[in-house]
Amino acid sequence: MQRFINNPDDIVDQTVRGFVRAHADRVRLDAENNRVILSNDTPKQGRVGIVTGGGSGHEPAFIGYTGRNMVDAVAIGELFSSPTAKSFQDAIRAVDGGAGVAVLYGNYAGDNMNVKMASRMVAKAGIEVATVVANDDVSSAPKDEREKRRGVAGEIFMWKIGGAKAATGANLHDVIASAQKAIDNCRSVGVGLTPCTLPAAGKPNFQIEPGMMEVGIGHHGEPGTRIEPLKPADAVADDMVEIVLEDHDMPAGTEVAVLVSGLGATPINELYVLYDRMADRIEAAGYKVHRGLVGNYFTSLEMMGATLTIMALDDELKTLLDAPTNVPGF
Amino acid sequence: MTTLTNKGSAAILCEVADVIVENRTYLSEIDGKIGDGDHGFNMSKGFDRAKGRIDAANDTLDAAMSTLSDVLMSEIGGSMGPLYGMMFADMADALSGKAQIDAQTFGEMLHAGLEGVQAIGEAKVGDKTLLDTLVPAIETYDAALGEGADWATALARMTAAAEAGRDSTEDMVAKVGRSSRLGERSRGVLDAGATSCCLILVTLARGIEARLPA
Repeated sequence: MQRFINNPDDIVDQTVRGFVRAHADRVRLDAENNRVILSNDTPKQGRVGIVTGGGSGHEPAFIGYTGRNMVDAVAIGELFSSPTAKSFQDAIRAVDGGAGVAVLYGNYAGDNMNVKMASRMVAKAGIEVATVVANDDVSSAPKDEREKRRGVAGEIFMWKIGGAKAATGANLHDVIASAQKAIDNCRSVGVGLTPCTLPAAGKPNFQIEPGMMEVGIGHHGEPGTRIEPLKPADAVADDMVEIVLEDHDMPAGTEVAVLVSGLGATPINELYVLYDRMADRIEAAGYKVHRGLVGNYFTSLEMMGATLTIMALDDELKTLLDAPTNVPGF
Repeated sequence: MTTLTNKGSAAILCEVADVIVENRTYLSEIDGKIGDGDHGFNMSKGFDRAKGRIDAANDTLDAAMSTLSDVLMSEIGGSMGPLYGMMFADMADALSGKAQIDAQTFGEMLHAGLEGVQAIGEAKVGDKTLLDTLVPAIETYDAALGEGADWATALARMTAAAEAGRDSTEDMVAKVGRSSRLGERSRGVLDAGATSCCLILVTLARGIEARLPA
């Protein structure tokens, strides 16, 4: 493996230590749990706390979105594996300012169970918890089974909106409503060009043959909806826009936010190549791009590929999306 | 009636831990075919850590299960952390305070473990999960006792049912968890959770049988 690794078992601890050192002006490690990162701004009395969490290997997600007016605490799991219920519990406790805590996370079996257990544990301590479960990946289940879909890069918009709403002093109900609206307004699709390797395994656990691409691939290499020969960037961009727009009932003239994220090993310049064409197609379909985000926002170790997320905006979402934040990832 | 002394039976759970560690790579390989390939690594990390905190010769079986549950729930995470964490926590509760374990108590322990899993997970039998091992194993165990079988015989039948249950997952389509997104493509591979659950049950049964008075 051509990777920067010491002992594979230590990689998450070392990632977290490095992250906290690099961004000490914005984040700190929880005093008791080294798998919980906190914003330096949290807790704030009377303010709804924002918690998320998930497996490692997606950096800058999830930790990179910790800071002022976005995520207050992140529970950190092993590579591609849900954080413990204990870590979610500690994250919730750390950010509780008496106004309740919104846990905004992605739809994965382990995260669902661990958040559920953590919510039960903190309920005993009198902390009110409400959740939004992201399900923006259109390829992971049919439209009439949206509750089964995975959460992917749309989570970033959900955190941005939820965190900005909490910063206005809104109550838990309203923070949840805005975060839910954000993810309901998001649709995403991923295209993978190469597999990724968990260092402890030493080899990829799935394959994408050279010259092929996997459309609809998940953030952990979950198989996509089709495998086909790799096409020129514009044709791939067209397919991705089509898949997202087909699933997304947006009236003409809708303003949108567009997020193109690399999956880890794709050069950033290629993401701009994709974005240029995607923005063309989105505008040609009658939509107005209010804001475009291009870069490595939500990765899958060293997978090559990209995801596209389109969020339909209204006045509230636009204001909250553009509100200032100091998180390292956004 | 044949009984097992609870104190010192922690050693049985240490044997389970050894088996999980031995099968670390195998479990991850199965998981890698339709999941993310971390099942064996995470399971062996949790069971091995727990073993290091168990006094095999002096702890009760329920104390050992509580220790294991704590490690799985607070240090391992994933899906298996909470599922097996709940299973062993509730199994431990069923044995708590008992000086002796008999066939009846062991059955109650199995049922408590199943209820623990069902309280946190959403799967049903046939969904290609550990329940496809656990549920038929318990049903067969109950049926054996109902027919008047002795403990060793009931354990032997439970073992066979657990193995058959594990094998049944090969031809199933996953309905919950990460592999459920594969639909038909999840068919043809054993479920990693059903496989680890089988290792746990079979090793528990073997450990008890080995300690029963001849």
